[in-house]
Amino acid sequence: MENLIALLVAAPLLGAAVLLCGGRALDRVGHLLGTLLAAGSFVIAVVLFSDMLGKSPEDRTFSQHLFSWIPVEGFQADVAFQLDQLSMTFVLLISGVGTLIHIYSIGYMEHDERRRRFFGYLNLFLAAMLLLVLADNYLLLYVGWEGVGLASYLLIGFWQHKPSAATAAKKAFLVNRVGDMGLSIAIMLMFTTFGTFAFGPVLDSVGDTSEGKLTAIGLMLLLAACGKSAQVPLQSWLGDAMEGPTPVSALIHAATMVTAGVYLIVRSGAIFNAAPDAQLVVTIVGAVTLLFGAIVGCAKDDIKKALAGSTMSQIGYMVLAAGLGPIGYVFAIMHLVTHGFFKAGLFLGAGSVMHGMNDEVDMRKYGALRKYMPVTFVTFGLGYLAIIGFPGLSGFFSKDKIIEAAFAKGGTEGWILGSVALLGAAITAFYMTRVMIMTFFGEKRWQPDAEGHEPHPHESPSSMTIPMIVLAVGSVFAGGFFSIGDRFLNWLEPVTGHDHGHAPISAGVVTGATMVCLVIGVGIAWLQYGRREIPVVAPRGSLLTRAARRDLLQDDFNHVVLVRGGEHLTRSLVYVDHTLVDGVVNGTAASVGGLSGRLRKLQNGYVRSYAVSMFGGAAVIVAATLLMRAV
Amino acid sequence: MSTPTVHSLWTTAAEPISKIDAPKIEYAQLSPTLIVIGAAVLGILVEAFVPRKSRYYVQAFLAIVALAAAFAAVVGLAAGGYGTTKAHIAAMGAIAVDGPALFLQGTILLAGLVSIFTFAERRLDPEVHGNRVDSFAAQAASVPGSDSEKAAIKAGFTTTEVFPLALFAIGGMLVFPAANDLLTLFIALEVFSLPLYLLCAVARRKRLMSQEAAVKYFLLGAFASAFTLFGIALLYGYAGSVSYATVASVVDGSVTTVDPALADTMGNDALLLIGMALVVMGLLFKVGAVPFHMWTPDVYQGAPTPVTGFMAAATKVAAFGALLRLLYVVLPGLRWDWRPVMWAVAIVTMLAGAIVAITQTDIKRLLAYSSIAHAGFILAGVIATSPDGVSSVLFYLAAYSFVTIGAFAVVTLVRDAGGEATHLSKWAGLGRRSPLVAAVFAVFLLAFAGIPLTSGFAGKFAVFKAAAEGGAGALVVVGVVSSAIAAFFYIRVIVLMFFSEPKADGPTVAVPSPLTMTTIGVGVAVTIVLGLAPQYFLDLAGQAGVFVR
Repeated sequence: MENLIALLVAAPLLGAAVLLCGGRALDRVGHLLGTLLAAGSFVIAVVLFSDMLGKSPEDRTFSQHLFSWIPVEGFQADVAFQLDQLSMTFVLLISGVGTLIHIYSIGYMEHDERRRRFFGYLNLFLAAMLLLVLADNYLLLYVGWEGVGLASYLLIGFWQHKPSAATAAKKAFLVNRVGDMGLSIAIMLMFTTFGTFAFGPVLDSVGDTSEGKLTAIGLMLLLAACGKSAQVPLQSWLGDAMEGPTPVSALIHAATMVTAGVYLIVRSGAIFNAAPDAQLVVTIVGAVTLLFGAIVGCAKDDIKKALAGSTMSQIGYMVLAAGLGPIGYVFAIMHLVTHGFFKAGLFLGAGSVMHGMNDEVDMRKYGALRKYMPVTFVTFGLGYLAIIGFPGLSGFFSKDKIIEAAFAKGGTEGWILGSVALLGAAITAFYMTRVMIMTFFGEKRWQPDAEGHEPHPHESPSSMTIPMIVLAVGSVFAGGFFSIGDRFLNWLEPVTGHDHGHAPISAGVVTGATMVCLVIGVGIAWLQYGRREIPVVAPRGSLLTRAARRDLLQDDFNHVVLVRGGEHLTRSLVYVDHTLVDGVVNGTAASVGGLSGRLRKLQNGYVRSYAVSMFGGAAVIVAATLLMRAV
Repeated sequence: MSTPTVHSLWTTAAEPISKIDAPKIEYAQLSPTLIVIGAAVLGILVEAFVPRKSRYYVQAFLAIVALAAAFAAVVGLAAGGYGTTKAHIAAMGAIAVDGPALFLQGTILLAGLVSIFTFAERRLDPEVHGNRVDSFAAQAASVPGSDSEKAAIKAGFTTTEVFPLALFAIGGMLVFPAANDLLTLFIALEVFSLPLYLLCAVARRKRLMSQEAAVKYFLLGAFASAFTLFGIALLYGYAGSVSYATVASVVDGSVTTVDPALADTMGNDALLLIGMALVVMGLLFKVGAVPFHMWTPDVYQGAPTPVTGFMAAATKVAAFGALLRLLYVVLPGLRWDWRPVMWAVAIVTMLAGAIVAITQTDIKRLLAYSSIAHAGFILAGVIATSPDGVSSVLFYLAAYSFVTIGAFAVVTLVRDAGGEATHLSKWAGLGRRSPLVAAVFAVFLLAFAGIPLTSGFAGKFAVFKAAAEGGAGALVVVGVVSSAIAAFFYIRVIVLMFFSEPKADGPTVAVPSPLTMTTIGVGVAVTIVLGLAPQYFLDLAGQAGVFVR
């Protein structure tokens, strides 16, 4: 049974190879083949899952050693897989949501002539992402990590004819490089500290290592997580990444890839547990991003960018939870899974809306769509209720747990983090209600597109609606299913461990406070957008609004500090290179050349001069030899 | 004993004179040399008796067969263990048969063989009066530009004497590194030098330049020989013997008996030191080390290019072989005296060769200075005074020989109306016109520069490693710096060939016969094989690195 693990990765990898190398002949069946292989991966995952359920919790770690990758004295890198409960959760999420989004894309990309290539990239992404979560060592994880980065780059820039898409892809790639650097440094630090980078040996020997080293490794891992999961300060790429086709935004930039950072932190839990300073930084990053994303989400009129802000914010919750240590690991992953459902559903809904509205993304030009797109409205609405944490739906359970855990951290930290999480819940309710109202309620504010076509909103084909329905079901029930009887906690605890912490206030109070926040958020949004006419052209807005529309000036900050700073640095380096380094080099070359010119004059062609030189040389040698002895 | 003996008239002296033994010569072990010298003598007879028309074929055939047979004999001796377990001194103490000797002889013979191919090349120059011509003068004795020269050209004469001359030179070179007494050393020196002087003089084109080169070489060579001979005399005065083993024993003090006839001089260290310096100087002249290098550029430029290639490779091998034997067998006890001086010579040689090469504009002169710099690199290995030093020098010599011969063979191909186009400006853009030839030359240049994956790198690495381990770290630093300087002019030629616009009146590349192609092909093959897989050959050189005493 364990030998099936490699197939999980191999199936989509084969799909990617066939689709990308196959050529035009596969244009007509490529999308079906890609979907089939993704589904195949999911089926294998389900088989493995049922097998795993049949075993006692201690025996649920499967492993498969494929081959020795770099067998060198003192450096052993293997291609080996480890499938435990944590990996299994991810595998099911990735292959399940992945398959749904493959199906959705069949309809969504129907008119795109490069559809085969698109499915090839999607398959490549699945293979890389599965490799990332299945690897049993950090080096192989790094391969998957880079693989998803590549797939993300290719898919963001899929419509490369649009300069904005090409730029966005480049931006995502560059920002991610910073994070990747963190991961590679972390791996190097692990190798020098532990002599290996396999999960087992590294995480088991944490106890014998100094806290300073662990903190360094932890911070580098956090840097990696920030890049991949769009956390402050490496968050700037995610909004632009929405240039990619919407299924990509749903799969990669909402449900799976961007959560890789959370996986990395939870997987490396042992390191963080032993490095409280690194943990504190993790929680700070999570809390800041949580608010940052939420505020950005409030101001965006582009439906996908509003959702992207929301994604950032929700991942902020997960990172915050992961930074809490054993109190929060399980809830980080649980929120990750439920978020995978409802955020993917929301994105697919957004894609469905765009599909019906001539690819319009500005919510100010939507309105009243509930009558025209009932399925989209209902599924999107369920996703909306889930994300704001409406009682009984998925988000309610998972987010509530994180807020509780934040308070349970204890001390001032606990109060601050808990309050931030609560505030985030209120803002989430606000911006999601705003999206909901602007899109589906109110009056029609439809505008003809650039070529003068009036939009004729209509429901999307069933290949698109069915995945939305499935995800909506998950959005509604997953949280409850996981939480009742602590199913999810019991499932993951053997891997991540769990600790209840010391909550200063009872769970009931936290839930009550969350509900109050929810009502406040929804209420304000209703007052602002539900009761009043929504202008088609965005009003100027307050200073904060304007800043939030510009992503809280992230790009301006990066430009001034990093780009300008970098330019100045390189300019000064170039100056030093030209004057000092080249001066020395050219000076040396010139003096050698000059010496050469003078020396060659000695070679005058007269035998008599040559003979004198020989005689002189002989005299010197004889004299020197005698002198040596004399000295 | 007590019984009075009846003495004849002739034996009444108080002491019976010692019996004269018939010299015992191990012909089989000396067969490589004997084959080559024998073929050379035969070549003279061919000149005398074979009709002019067929002389070229007979001579070329004879030379090639002789060299191949001699090489086979060397391989046979090596396989028979004469390089290792059976190594000994043959021919009444005159010649050593040991690992270094056999390795160097094998190298010289192979280098000689591929050089002979370029000697025999007759397709590069256009036919003259319907006769195919090679690189050599129609009649060396005719005055350049004279009527007799014209007549000789018209008659289609060629200087087929070059083949026996080359064989004589090779014969001398085979003895040179194997010589085990100072007189044999000197005779071998002269045996290989005199034919070389002649060979330098017989270029077909630019005859005056060729003759000038030969005269310069001859005069300076004679000058150097005089120093050597004087040094030998002083050493004899010091040790009372010319045998390496005896001199060495006197140097290290294990022989203390003094020959009464030499009582005034024996054991006088001044004689030893001056004699050593002078003999070493003669050898340094042959390898082209500064300050005894000044003949090199002029002679390399003036000599017929096939001869230049041969001389640059084989002479260096033979001379370094002799130098190694002298320093390691005769003078190890003196190494604290000669090492500092050799240090200085090596440093000056490396730097001067590399620096002066930068401003050269003629490809043959450029390669001449390059050979000076390489002599410096090899000296660094000699100075290591360790088994690794010996084997690294052996390896370097083998690698360097084939690169050199190959490079000069390529030079013979690039021609314009005046013969070989050796001015660098004419090589501009060669890579566009003849990418293959330019690429091959680039390989040789990279090997000269010591770029990895060529034999030049492996050789340089071995030599510098040995030198560093032998405590000559500073020498290695200078070596690396000069390598960097040298890389500049090698790579400049590559840039010139590939990244410059070809000139309108640029040279053409002649299509050679299979002979020169073989030479170049072997050069490239050896360069790359020794670069990719040097270990086998390093091991071979390592096994061959022990001198017999």
